[in-house]
Amino acid sequence: MSGLNINAITKKFGSFAAVDNVQLNVPHGTFVCLLGPSGCGKTTLLRMIAGLEEPTSGAIVLDGEDITPLPTHKRNLGMVFQSLALFPHLSVGDNIAYALRIRGASKEEQKKRVDELLSLIHLTGFADRPVAKLSGGQRQRVAIARALALSPKLFLLDEPLSALDAKLREAMQVELRQLQQRLGITTIVVTHDQREAMTMADLVVVMGHGKILQAAPPIEIYRKPADAFVADFIGITNLLPAEVDSAGRTTILGTAIAGLAMPAGQTKASVSIRPEDVHLGAPGGSAITGEVSFVRDLGGTIETFVEVGGTSIIAVTTPRERHDVPVGAKVGVTLPPASCVVLGS
Amino acid sequence: MRREAPKSVADYTPLFFPALMLIVFFVVPFSTMIAVSFFKRNPAGFYTPDFVFDNYARFLSMFFGGVLGFSLMLAVLVAICCVAIAFPFTYLLTRRPRRVQTLWLVGLLSVLSLSEVIIGFAWSTLFSRTAGITNLFVAIGLMDKPVALLPTFGAVLTGMVYQALPYTILVLYPALVRLDPTLLEAARTLGASPVRAFFNVVAPALRNTIVATLIMVFVFALGSYLLPQILGRPQHWTLSVLITDQAIYQSNMPFGAAMAVFLVLISLALVGMTLLVGRKENAL
Repeated sequence: MSGLNINAITKKFGSFAAVDNVQLNVPHGTFVCLLGPSGCGKTTLLRMIAGLEEPTSGAIVLDGEDITPLPTHKRNLGMVFQSLALFPHLSVGDNIAYALRIRGASKEEQKKRVDELLSLIHLTGFADRPVAKLSGGQRQRVAIARALALSPKLFLLDEPLSALDAKLREAMQVELRQLQQRLGITTIVVTHDQREAMTMADLVVVMGHGKILQAAPPIEIYRKPADAFVADFIGITNLLPAEVDSAGRTTILGTAIAGLAMPAGQTKASVSIRPEDVHLGAPGGSAITGEVSFVRDLGGTIETFVEVGGTSIIAVTTPRERHDVPVGAKVGVTLPPASCVVLGS
Repeated sequence: MRREAPKSVADYTPLFFPALMLIVFFVVPFSTMIAVSFFKRNPAGFYTPDFVFDNYARFLSMFFGGVLGFSLMLAVLVAICCVAIAFPFTYLLTRRPRRVQTLWLVGLLSVLSLSEVIIGFAWSTLFSRTAGITNLFVAIGLMDKPVALLPTFGAVLTGMVYQALPYTILVLYPALVRLDPTLLEAARTLGASPVRAFFNVVAPALRNTIVATLIMVFVFALGSYLLPQILGRPQHWTLSVLITDQAIYQSNMPFGAAMAVFLVLISLALVGMTLLVGRKENAL
């Protein structure tokens, strides 16, 4: 079977399970983002795939071959570290050629491949520069080129963009994704930045407490989060309590939402609705009535905080559909049932 | 950051204290020594002020040349042994948990509290025929009968390496602790075995530290004058031993001073050459 199979991997540090019985299939050529808060086990999982940590139990299978017992240097992978770990005593070219040198490639071969990779990362002519003389973004690219020198089967990146400033990071996300698509290489990125995951990934794997909470394409994770943790971690969401009243209708904050059904036999649940799906209108009717407590006008989008009986609902609108709702005004909040996701308790 | 050039005398005040220390503890004694090295020895008394080259002329003989060569060779050997042992040791130590590191470092510091005399006698007992480690080897069947391991060159070298090793580790430790552990991991993901990665990445990244440590141990070993006497034969005596002998026991201060000046100049030249070579390689 082609691709990477992570088979019931567990890593324990003492009695603490950093990665707890994780199961994941990554088809060949997929871009995967391991996403989660710090301490959720995503870096440990990546390090086990790289062979830098030994799993307590389970197996890692790459293209049908069990690579669990192989040491790191025999796994045929490229890895970019958070600190980049460029060799300070070597030039840009020598850094990139390191893997080739280890393999005993000839000088001409090394030079040819270095030139190829430098043009791939738009740094043609930088081969003789010392790495200390590069900017943050350039170093980032050199680290990527160095990891790709041997055209590995697997490309691993551990929080690769965290050292860059916001603007450069966004640009590098796009560049990294385009590079991965051009090369068609199976790629796994660890990140705690959900924007980064949404930009780059084919498959987002949300982790928490050593377990996989949800593994799905980014838009599905966003639209259909599996539980409250995922819904809250990916983007901004409104988590609202829903109840079934005596008449059998589903209510949110005391107002019946027509067309929203609860799973059979359940009377209470959490409902997630994205701020951009919340509609604001005149109070009364079937809408939930609340009071505007804060307006954050960011120019491109406007976030309106509506207070309903102690619970805050956030609505995001664009200036074009701007409602004139000053702080203190009474508004009606409409929650389209199709956009509401009923979460497991 | 650009600093302005000092303009008034007051701007130089921070330099007064170090300058004073340097003059009192280095320039004055060293100048005195240089002066004495040109004095004439008075066999009946001590020395009389003069300006003669006799002391240097006497030094330029095969015998003293041989001793100088041996001293330098011994110091270089001690420096290489110390770094060769201490570097991997310290590297592995820095990968241990913090508590283990502290324990080892405290142990090493306690070795520093031993004087050269105690180290010398401890090793002379360990290397002796009657109470030495060879008795242990006999007991476990590695040897037929106990032998004396001293006085030998090996004993001198062992004693001096033992004495200099804690200093070596303490000098290497900060640099190795700061070393980014992912450098080694990066090399491993690129196909280097752990040993190869160590020599390819860790050692070159710390080249300057290693050179500085070599020089420090070299200078340290050059001044050792007790251990060669306790653990070695007269042919293992270093120039420092002869200087002590001339200055203290033969009351020939001018000749002792001449040898000391010569030793300082030669070591300075060697250290300077090492740094020069290091800089040239760095520039490449």
